[in-house]
Amino acid sequence: MQHEVETEVQGSVWKVEAAAGDEVAVGDVLVILESMKMEIPVEAPVAGTVVEIRVKPQDAVEEDAIVAVIEDNG
Amino acid sequence: MFQKVLIANRGAIARRVVKACEALGISSVAVYSTPDGGAPHLAEASETYPLPGQHASDTYLNQAALLAAVDETGADAVHPGYGFLAENADFADALEARGVCFVGPNSKWLRAMGDKVAARELAERHGFPVFVGSPRLEGLDQARQLADVIGYPIMIKPSAGGGGIGIRMVNGPADLEAAMGQARGLAERSFGDGGIFIERWIERARHIEFQLLGDGGGRALHVFERECSIQRRHQKVIEESPAPGIDRDEVLAMADQAAAFAARLGYDNVGTLETLRAGPADYGFLEMNTRIQVEHGVTEAVTGLDLVAVQLRLAAGEPLPPPPCLDGHALEARVYAEHPRTQLPATGRLSVFRPPDLYGVRVDTGYQVGQWVTPFYDPLLAKVIGHGTTREQAIGRVLVGLKAFEIQGVHTNIPLLIEVLQDGEFLSGRLDTGYLTRFLVKQSG
Repeated sequence: MQHEVETEVQGSVWKVEAAAGDEVAVGDVLVILESMKMEIPVEAPVAGTVVEIRVKPQDAVEEDAIVAVIEDNG
Repeated sequence: MFQKVLIANRGAIARRVVKACEALGISSVAVYSTPDGGAPHLAEASETYPLPGQHASDTYLNQAALLAAVDETGADAVHPGYGFLAENADFADALEARGVCFVGPNSKWLRAMGDKVAARELAERHGFPVFVGSPRLEGLDQARQLADVIGYPIMIKPSAGGGGIGIRMVNGPADLEAAMGQARGLAERSFGDGGIFIERWIERARHIEFQLLGDGGGRALHVFERECSIQRRHQKVIEESPAPGIDRDEVLAMADQAAAFAARLGYDNVGTLETLRAGPADYGFLEMNTRIQVEHGVTEAVTGLDLVAVQLRLAAGEPLPPPPCLDGHALEARVYAEHPRTQLPATGRLSVFRPPDLYGVRVDTGYQVGQWVTPFYDPLLAKVIGHGTTREQAIGRVLVGLKAFEIQGVHTNIPLLIEVLQDGEFLSGRLDTGYLTRFLVKQSG
């Protein structure tokens, strides 16, 4: 099953830490956002394989934007 | 005195400087980025000047744009506020080179105190106590030796910057290499300087800072302390003066020592000497902030001073004010835009924004109804400062102020502040920098 990973904050993408095809565990950092002078990591909610990362550094993202899709191992 | 002061900042402090200029009969110029076009102080300033762009790097950190604004408006002084370019020595020098006064300490102090290792050494040389620490770290072998001598747990800290960015606690030798790499990387990215050093880790420390004023000619005075132990992620949340639960003679001895340090340096304008206190008569220099602080209003409440006016007067070459008396107790709660549950930054449009108007309660804010809270700047919405004859009265006034503060459209930490101000451990006055983290764990558990 595929899981869409959403942001919890509005901000801009500072770093992308994962790529399509990567195996990730729960809590692995996929993307780091910058908002209000803070670094906000977006973590994998499930273990699995990254299907796609939908953002690149400097992209502006809204709250609840989908930044990545993960296919779980189940 | 100056004719026209340009304010190179935004939000509550920009508004605060406009007010101080007005009190002194000086014209003010408010600069503003595109998202800040609706800020209340733009209507209060004598003039406004747009800085097109959203990001700080294009606007409030853009030295070329700010210097152009100074030239075009004919300002004869620049107040940098706090954050942004407030501690940037090159900006201060660029202004002085044009014959424009930088309202702050001499740029040599911005440089000296901007390097935490150099600042520590200055404090040590001039008789202010420091905790056991290291010089700038060269490599892992040297770090291992120094850490063994200092004794674990230790802290790895960036030499540049501030705001707690890059500080790592290390419990033992096995974690040293990874922590050094993380701290160095973060320092490099955040401040463009990967310099790091080691300091002793202090369990249950209190953060106590001293507000200092200097005339640059060897005279300096303190206007008491601020207790700032209520922090989260190394960011202050609640500040108060005087520090509760510490012998007055001990605090005043520390304050005198801080003022003597500033006098010996020949420090000018305002500055804050931050200390950590591990226990009775066990304290050390943390850093010196060469600017007005976010929490200056706490000191203003208990001294009756207008610290921004004092800054302008000192910058214009006027003498130090007479030493004030300590009048009662003041406490400030910082209202941040954040989700109460996750404590992540919150953004949105302020559909309702009604700060309280109450006796003994002061609210500093750079926002008004209808304005957007954007991700481009820090999440501070307002500061609620209560002043009374006792700590209990000051806390009570802040509580009433927070409960009466109507905000809709953006989540805030007001519910959390209200809970903390009623918590038994907080009320007892036995504070330390780990308090808020423990409180949050206790709450979620």
